[in-house]
Amino acid sequence: MGTLRSRHKWLWLTFLTIVVPVMNLLIHWRIFTFLRDGNLTPVLYAVLAVIWGVVGVYTIYLSLNWVIEQYPVKWRQRIQPLIFIAPALILLGWLLLYPTVRTLIFSFMDANSVDFVGLSNYVAIFTNRLLLAALRNNLLWVVLGTFSCVSLGLIIAVLADRSSFEKLAKSIIFMPMAISMVASGVIWKFVYYYKPGDEQIGLLNAIVVAFGGEAQAWASFAQPWNNLFLIVILIWMETGFAMVLLSAGIKGIPEESLEAARMDGANEIMIFFKIMIPYLSTTILSVTTTIIVFTLKIFDIVMVMTGGQYDTDVVATQFYRQFFMYRNNGYGSTLAIVLLIAIIPVLIFNLRQIRKQGGGFS
Amino acid sequence: MSRRRTKKGSKWLVNSILGFICLIWIIPTAGLFVSSFRPAADILDTGWWTVFPHKGWETEELMSLPEDTDLKKPIEVMGQSYTDEQLKQGVATADGQKLEWQNRRGRIVDIQEKQWKTNAIFTLDNYKNVLGGKNYEITQSDGSVKIEKGSNLTRAFVNTLTVAIPSTIIPILIAAFAAYAFAWMKFPGRKTIFVIVVALLVVPLQVALIPVLQNFTALGLNGTYLGIWIAHTAFGLPLSTYFLYSYISQLPRDLFESAFMDGASNFTIFTKLILPLSVPSIASIGIFQFLWVWNDYLVSLVFIGSQPNVQVLSMRVAEMVGSYGNDWHLLTAASFISMIMPLIVFFALQKYFVRGLMGGSVKG
Repeated sequence: MGTLRSRHKWLWLTFLTIVVPVMNLLIHWRIFTFLRDGNLTPVLYAVLAVIWGVVGVYTIYLSLNWVIEQYPVKWRQRIQPLIFIAPALILLGWLLLYPTVRTLIFSFMDANSVDFVGLSNYVAIFTNRLLLAALRNNLLWVVLGTFSCVSLGLIIAVLADRSSFEKLAKSIIFMPMAISMVASGVIWKFVYYYKPGDEQIGLLNAIVVAFGGEAQAWASFAQPWNNLFLIVILIWMETGFAMVLLSAGIKGIPEESLEAARMDGANEIMIFFKIMIPYLSTTILSVTTTIIVFTLKIFDIVMVMTGGQYDTDVVATQFYRQFFMYRNNGYGSTLAIVLLIAIIPVLIFNLRQIRKQGGGFS
Repeated sequence: MSRRRTKKGSKWLVNSILGFICLIWIIPTAGLFVSSFRPAADILDTGWWTVFPHKGWETEELMSLPEDTDLKKPIEVMGQSYTDEQLKQGVATADGQKLEWQNRRGRIVDIQEKQWKTNAIFTLDNYKNVLGGKNYEITQSDGSVKIEKGSNLTRAFVNTLTVAIPSTIIPILIAAFAAYAFAWMKFPGRKTIFVIVVALLVVPLQVALIPVLQNFTALGLNGTYLGIWIAHTAFGLPLSTYFLYSYISQLPRDLFESAFMDGASNFTIFTKLILPLSVPSIASIGIFQFLWVWNDYLVSLVFIGSQPNVQVLSMRVAEMVGSYGNDWHLLTAASFISMIMPLIVFFALQKYFVRGLMGGSVKG
């Protein structure tokens, strides 16, 4: 009897384990195709899609967990963590881990990903003039952009700490973080705008003309100045990020050590270099890391401002062009891999930071 | 006493340097904002700063010189003599006027004087134009009328919301489940998997785009909302998981130990205890993800590039930069429409946003 009932139970559990996920898949696929193919008005479509997207994910967890709850306790405890992490792992595996491996394989294959070509894509990248220019420009972005953002952010954070309108100033400097790079591109395109003739409507040219200079087409100006004018946009956008984090660090410096140094006759510049910078070194390092990662992947600014013309290509824009315009999977993938290799030191640094924190594992 | 004075002096210096930096920071945006309310012809003719009172040359009177004036010899105007070249460029007189040829062949000189003026004409036409999608008449500076097709950004605005809301909530929900499991559940390979998740933080998007695009095309997900949600979810997951993990793992154990005693399951504890307790940290990473998704261009460009119905704001604005190039009345208004939502979120929830930043990178 007992064995019969437990066999019954196992059959039932197996049935649930198979049916519930399959039902989930079928129902959600059905809703998806209905939304995709149905002729709904945009607003209704949007509302339904949002509800489905948000509620749908939750019900998947809920139903799978319900199945698990039917299992005996010993099994439940073993399988439940899987329900909790599986969606995350599946998505990460599918959209990040597996593509990385495939891109790596593509980078050793020809333009159509048919024949194996060995290292010739890598050779091409380091010899082709255009691709090399993209790499060099990207390096310029990373070095100059990151250095300016962090040092300017630090200066502004120190100034704001002593000013009478700290909150307002920080909000103003930080605000570009909320503006998309595309919109920032438009904003700066307008600042750099060049109109043949005397009356300029772009601010920079108007200032130059007012001081007796000659108006220029800044963004398409000769190398390497145009790149610098694009990097200014990055500085405008990212300095706020550095400033906020460094400012929080400055607030953490104990007042006594600053006072003690002042008593010993140190001036503010000495305090800045001898006390503040060493104290902030961890923050400076992590801010620098974040901005380097961000800058390595820079894409939108260049795309909107020049489309990569006038020798302003970076790795990401050249990647986009190779893949979508020239249909060259090989070059596109290789550029992406070169970018990945460039980020690896940052990754190692990050992991070391985590280990230093002890990982927090209980 | 003297020490106090130097402090005051340096405060004045600090304030003015900081004020100057702030001014530089805000002027580009302010310029675009002012321009977005100016008539199309005005934007192209005069700088946006001319809406403020400024001294500009205004024609005072026209003076006809004798028909037979020889341009090769010094030309006498009001008792002074000038060269033809000077009058071409415009030349200042001793009493603060400016002389310039109005009509060189007709020997007419334009006498100008500096006067206070403003070009403060404002209109909502640009916004109506980009939002409504109707045809608009624009009177150009030379008086001719140009009819232009408006671009319907309302649709793109709705699309962006449809992309951004689930792309914010879904990854955070999934990340919260995973973060809880990493922090409080026991399973083999926990540390290793967590390290891999964190390692994925730095994988550049570009690496993933081509293979994912091929998968999406095969599955029919390309150009659909579901596809872009999945993409944003996966790309946002490493950071959200890492961030929420560091918060959830620091909740005190005895908070939910009694719940365990009462026989509550992990799922109940997660939904009834952990999620409500994590609201501050969920809010801060949520704002971050929302801004990121709203402002995204590359992911949308790749995964919905071919579908005009699903296009988001950033794509439309970028497209306008390409096709309308110098139509600043459209570009300025469109950019501002794309900025409204993030700016509202930014100013309303700035505190949480800042906290989110610090949780992610300053910790340790």
